[in-house]
Amino acid sequence: MAKAESTVTWTVYDALKMSAREIYGVVLTDLGGVNPNIVGLSADLAKSTQIGAFGDKFPDRFFNFGIAEQNMFGVAAGMAKAGLLPFVSTFSAFASMRACEFLRTDICYQNLNVKVIATHGGTSFGSAGSTHHAFEDLSIVRAFPNLTVIVPADGFETAQAVKKCMDINGPVYIRIGRGFEPSAYAAEDDTFEIGKAVEMHPGTDITVIACGPTVFQALEAAKILQTDGGVSVRVLNMHTIKPIDKEAILKAVTDTRRILTVEDHNVIGGLGSAVADVIAGSGKGCAFEKVGIPDVFTPHGYPEDLMHLYKTDTDGIIEKVREILGRDFEADEDWEDEV
Amino acid sequence: MPLTDQELKDLSRTAAKVRRDMVDVTGWSGGAHIGGSLSMADILVLLYWKYMRIDPAKPDWEDRDRFVLSKGHGGMGHAVVLANRGYFPMEDLKSFNETGSKLGMHLDSHKAVGCEISTGSMGHGLCQAVGLALGARVLKKDWRTFVIIGDGESDEGSIWEAAMSAAHYKTGNLIAFLDRNHYMIDGNTEKIMSLEPFADKWRAFGWETIEVSGHDLKALSGAIEFALDYKKGPVMLLCETVKGKGVDFMEGKAAWHYGGLGADLVEKAKASIGEG
Ligand SMILES: Cc1ncc(C[n+]2csc(CCOP(=O)(O)OP(=O)(O)O)c2C)c(N)n1
Ligand SMILES: [Mg+2]
Repeated sequence: MAKAESTVTWTVYDALKMSAREIYGVVLTDLGGVNPNIVGLSADLAKSTQIGAFGDKFPDRFFNFGIAEQNMFGVAAGMAKAGLLPFVSTFSAFASMRACEFLRTDICYQNLNVKVIATHGGTSFGSAGSTHHAFEDLSIVRAFPNLTVIVPADGFETAQAVKKCMDINGPVYIRIGRGFEPSAYAAEDDTFEIGKAVEMHPGTDITVIACGPTVFQALEAAKILQTDGGVSVRVLNMHTIKPIDKEAILKAVTDTRRILTVEDHNVIGGLGSAVADVIAGSGKGCAFEKVGIPDVFTPHGYPEDLMHLYKTDTDGIIEKVREILGRDFEADEDWEDEV
Repeated sequence: MPLTDQELKDLSRTAAKVRRDMVDVTGWSGGAHIGGSLSMADILVLLYWKYMRIDPAKPDWEDRDRFVLSKGHGGMGHAVVLANRGYFPMEDLKSFNETGSKLGMHLDSHKAVGCEISTGSMGHGLCQAVGLALGARVLKKDWRTFVIIGDGESDEGSIWEAAMSAAHYKTGNLIAFLDRNHYMIDGNTEKIMSLEPFADKWRAFGWETIEVSGHDLKALSGAIEFALDYKKGPVMLLCETVKGKGVDFMEGKAAWHYGGLGADLVEKAKASIGEG
């Protein structure tokens, strides 16, 4: 498969003014100029997901299926079989749940080269309520063999993920927000590698593992804990949920002995569960906690309020870190043997 | 019985009041699905003020008629109607969309009194309406089920799965309204994913289908009365509507699918609607 290098470089100014989905639209349009096999598909959300930017530039390679997600995912599979490279965009809730089996059986089972850009992930669509929140999508799609699952921290990382998912000859699910989340990065980081976590803040007392919008929140928390409490918090941006970076997780277990995962997702099945699987399988012991949506349907509300409610914001992370640090688990004298 | 002149006058005034309130909530909430709320306003007014057997003081009354808003993004419009009909205080509309409010973009049946079914994801409401209709049959109840579907929403395969099942089971107690306002988010339905010949599709799926104005209260009430009498199977009232109906600067404009209104536009919009 032909690799395509995007020629777009993001100035801080541009990216900070643009939402992740706008950036995605521009990057995809740029890639479309390089790779003539790229086709864009949407289901009456061309504007909302910004894949419409691609459609404006390449009308002959853009298809709007109306509000019919299942068919759209099935068509994408057929297009990939024909040799095209489909990018499919809708809200995360519909990509993962409405089109679920079409993604799983048509695209993943056949290991087809289809890129799913799922917007409005987590609770980012605040006032739309549970029908439009996607807090189980990672849990669902993580269970599909062949699928790579990426949750970029912000617009800069979205640009990287969209460019680099082209290197994978198979299905990729990229989950982004609505676009009003603050940026975790100050510029695009070219060293971004799918499957490789990024240490955003060094630390030795505890590691906070985050993805998507919680990366920024964890970073803020780490800075505050450092200056206000002398607590040394490592922050890992686990942008790839599958395949997960086992090495980075186990290194954090050894180095900091305390792990807190934070995600805008149900605590069942998402980032926290993926991290827990790695830790449990390693035989190493550590203090471990997952923060996220506690297996409830989420109410209507502003996204920042919902993140506060579920303790996935800066305040919540600080509170949780302090709570874990207060625990007396190191009384276990066999610790050294375990690690 | 056809609407009397007095009824027509009263219902028109109610429809105008409901539309002005929709404009207010759009202003208060920072943004709402105003276009599709305005287009279905007349249908809702006829149902809630004339035809549905309901008692807002007893929202759980077991013999009540059931209403399902399959195009659940019209939750704002539905909430305005429920408040005006007395299901909950008008005051509650002021916190629409706010954190902790009982009311948000897509109504939650656990929180919004009078809302039977939580909707918002397109193409679920009609399926559940078929379930309610079959439920009445099995339980030997004579309540009827009413459902409003969007035209864009009709792209969903599940709408046609539900349509097939309603016709198959001859749900004579199910009446659907199609808010045929010609627009979905990305533009005109015929440009995005053509639906025409739409009435023929419903007929082919076994529904008694009537094409009627969704704004002419007299004509619409005549169609509803026909549907109420028709017991052989499901009835589709394919209602020709205007997205944004009543507000001159919104009518037929795709951009007003969802939007916010500043104080000046709220006043302009309300002036355009008038008193009815
Ligand atoms: C399954 C699903 N896909 C996409 C959406 C996003 N969405 C909300 S409203 C809408 C357009 C609805 O158009 P239509 O049914 O014509 O409604 P109306 O014109 O009456 O507002 C879309 C695509 C959704 N709510 N559910
Ligand atoms: Mg419409």
